[in-house]
Amino acid sequence: MNAVLEKYQLSPESSAYPPTVRVDSQNLILLLTELRENPATYFDMLSCVTGIDNGPEANTMEVIYHLYSIPFHQSLAVKVVLPRENPEIESVCHLWKTAEWHEREAYDLLGIRFKNHPDLRRILLPADWVGHPLRKDYQHQEYYHGVHVAYQAPQPPSDR
Amino acid sequence: MKGFLDQEFAQGGVLVTKADDLLNWARLSSLFPMTFGLACCAIEFMSTGTTVYDMDRFGMAPRATPRQADVMIVSGTVTFKMADRIKRLYEQMSEPRYVISMGSCSNCGGPYWQHGYHVVKGVDKIIPVDVYVPGCPPRPEALIGGILKLHEKIRGESRVKPVEIEKLMNLPKT
Ligand code: SF4
Repeated sequence: MNAVLEKYQLSPESSAYPPTVRVDSQNLILLLTELRENPATYFDMLSCVTGIDNGPEANTMEVIYHLYSIPFHQSLAVKVVLPRENPEIESVCHLWKTAEWHEREAYDLLGIRFKNHPDLRRILLPADWVGHPLRKDYQHQEYYHGVHVAYQAPQPPSDR
Repeated sequence: MKGFLDQEFAQGGVLVTKADDLLNWARLSSLFPMTFGLACCAIEFMSTGTTVYDMDRFGMAPRATPRQADVMIVSGTVTFKMADRIKRLYEQMSEPRYVISMGSCSNCGGPYWQHGYHVVKGVDKIIPVDVYVPGCPPRPEALIGGILKLHEKIRGESRVKPVEIEKLMNLPKT
């Protein structure tokens, strides 16, 4: 694994488990393809794709790919950092089919767009939902289908 | 007092009762709940149906279609995505129909009242509710308590037209 990572001048963060590398978004597909295809690494399973919003101050978003190699019992996390405006990254659906739903989730809740995704729709929220709720600056809608969204405390009965 | 079916009737099996009482008794003794659950509360609803709590003794057998159901037990978190479906299901139930709101979530949004952008803050915002059962989740005993409360409510129903009652109320005082 380390040989492949060195090729890209990456070294895993030692404090993290699983070992984590941060990669530029343009190298992502190259690296992931190599990690998946190389017989020495063979990360044949994508356990999870996580999206993170670091908030308007940091002004970045992250996508983390949790890889696992079944024959080698090895885990690796690959991290990309994206700008918060118009976050866009290449889809990895062609490498791991399972990425399809994970990426739809990240799109649904954070609004990260995955290029060349076969079917980038919302997966959890209804199709007519406005906004991406896991963004730190998300404001919920006032009404959804005629129902008030925010909690309204019941009024005490007026004295008769 | 003995239960209705444990009593002996002397006069050749002829009973005199009010139509209201008979209909209400029949209705409340066979409340078929609709088979559906929304979240963790549904687990307690399910255990209410098990042999230990034996929901069947109230004549309650879950029906898998709203057309055959009398009571909808909203057991769990009502999300906005689900709300439209719940409303549709409620409208598909034939009348008379009743709703038990089970658990904090469906009473008022529960643990999601503040940050639950996706949760309807009370199922009564979309359909009328007859009985609220508090708890997170309510134990099966509490749900049965709610069912008995609904029985009480049904027992008090009347098919007398309100206009007739009005007439009675407007009778000149003697
Ligand atoms: S009231 Fe509590 S137990 Fe019931 S659905 Fe809500 S969170 Fe779950």
